[in-house]
Amino acid sequence: MTSALLFACVGAILFALGLAGVALIGHLLRRIFAFNVMGSGTFLILVGLAQRHGSADPVPQAMVLTGIVVAVAATALALALTRRLHALTGKLELPADEP
Amino acid sequence: MIGLILLPLVWASLAFVLGPGRGKWLAIAGLSAQTWFAFDLAQQISAGKAAIGHQVGGWGAPLGIDLAADGLSSAMLLLTQCVALPLAIYASAYYKRDDAAGAYFWPLMGFLIAGLNALFVSADFFNIYVTLELVGLAAVGLVAAGGGAQQIAAALRYLFATLVGSGLYLLGVALLYGAYGTVSIESVSLLVTAEAPRMVWIAFGLMVLGLMLKTALFPFHYWLPPAHGGSPAPVSALLSALVVKASFYLMLRLWIGPFAPLVAAAPWLAWGPAALGTLAIFWGSWQAIRTPRLKMLIAYSTVAQLGYLFLIFPLLNGPGAIQAGVMQAFAHGLAKAAMFVAAGVFIKATGQDTVAGLAGAVNRLPITLFAFGLAGVTLMGLPPSAGFLAKWQLIEAALNQGHWWLVLVVLSGGLLAAVYVFRVLRQAFLLAPVDTPVLPFTPVPRTLEWTAFALALTSVLLGLRGVELMRLIQAVGAVA
Repeated sequence: MTSALLFACVGAILFALGLAGVALIGHLLRRIFAFNVMGSGTFLILVGLAQRHGSADPVPQAMVLTGIVVAVAATALALALTRRLHALTGKLELPADEP
Repeated sequence: MIGLILLPLVWASLAFVLGPGRGKWLAIAGLSAQTWFAFDLAQQISAGKAAIGHQVGGWGAPLGIDLAADGLSSAMLLLTQCVALPLAIYASAYYKRDDAAGAYFWPLMGFLIAGLNALFVSADFFNIYVTLELVGLAAVGLVAAGGGAQQIAAALRYLFATLVGSGLYLLGVALLYGAYGTVSIESVSLLVTAEAPRMVWIAFGLMVLGLMLKTALFPFHYWLPPAHGGSPAPVSALLSALVVKASFYLMLRLWIGPFAPLVAAAPWLAWGPAALGTLAIFWGSWQAIRTPRLKMLIAYSTVAQLGYLFLIFPLLNGPGAIQAGVMQAFAHGLAKAAMFVAAGVFIKATGQDTVAGLAGAVNRLPITLFAFGLAGVTLMGLPPSAGFLAKWQLIEAALNQGHWWLVLVVLSGGLLAAVYVFRVLRQAFLLAPVDTPVLPFTPVPRTLEWTAFALALTSVLLGLRGVELMRLIQAVGAVA
């Protein structure tokens, strides 16, 4: 097994774990963590798959940097909304669907 | 072309610096200029140029950012500016000076429009990911701006849906880069063949799945009704008319562009979106017929109308399918914006968001009700509206290729739309029952009523000028 494939497989597992977390977990903070795990999986695949013949490829690294910035912004927005929801309802879970 | 991206960024930033609730004149002026740019671009393309490119900052493809516009993207740009400008005028009258809900409306709207415009002209997969996130985050901010617990919950639900959608898309981009070492759409289009490695098939699947989630195709529609039905009227209109169309545009572009060889190798793939679209039409209409709340009715109607967009996928081999899809995007965009802003007028006037509360509206708000009715004409697909033209094209394409059951779906979808539109009209034309006191109607600014009317009228009259639009989109067929 080459190291590129190893990175890709670990990344895929992380992505799947994160995706399951976002879909299944009710607690909002844990859900936000799960989203970040999902993102890390993607970044690992991006960087891992692209390193060919042992040398690193700068383009995916730049993409991952951009991706991290986006993920941080999204996490901040999610946390701000979660705090607001907690202040309004006292709960850290989304209310059940309205009838 | 670059002005269409820079201008909204500039006025949005200025509006943010000016402080809460300010900047509406900047926005209206900026959007007017953008509308002119969009028309200019569309004219250049229909005059014969197949596609127009631009290298940002003079840096070429591998290092810099390439922009490209063809008929399809310029049509979507036109739709975006033509819906956003009336909505900006509407919103300037809708939000009071110190309305907390409208405090950051203008900057967020600017960033949203900038993201949309950038998405339509981006020429590589990764830029598209960034613009998708820009659009998503700005849209979530707009939904949350209402500030109530319900809006925040809707915004969070929407945020997770849109993040998962773009996460799936980004994973697809990562796999594509791993396979081909490039993210330029043009180069990938040259490299993909029917014998592409399995990784490319997985990338295609992930991207399509993510985009269907972002377009709220049944059964991924769960986040749409609370987000679109619970926000203030101008926000619902922006989201329903434009934001969901962006991911649809992208899916169409991938389908007919870089991944066309994969689709040609497995034609049955196209029936997936079409089947889900069919279910969306029936499920969305059924929910719209049942719901007691006016804005929820309109939001469920969006779920149903989005279904039509996905019916075109099995027909893309023949002529007319892309035109039908884009015409439906235009018809629905204009009509749904008109419906949501008309609903906003009703809610402002009656103070309640129920269909039952509309009793007697015909005497008090005739213009708004007329606008709602005209928009309903487009959704039902009666001539001469743009909705009629879209459905006609769709039916013609379906019959040409012998898929008569698609015709049945389109026709019954139109009937169901008639049921929920007439449900509202019937209530508005019935006088309030005698034994309950007539609730006082708050007077509303004229601007609100007339912008709703203008949007609805455009959606109907576009049917008469459809040929120009069709010719513009024709330029796509050549490129793709």
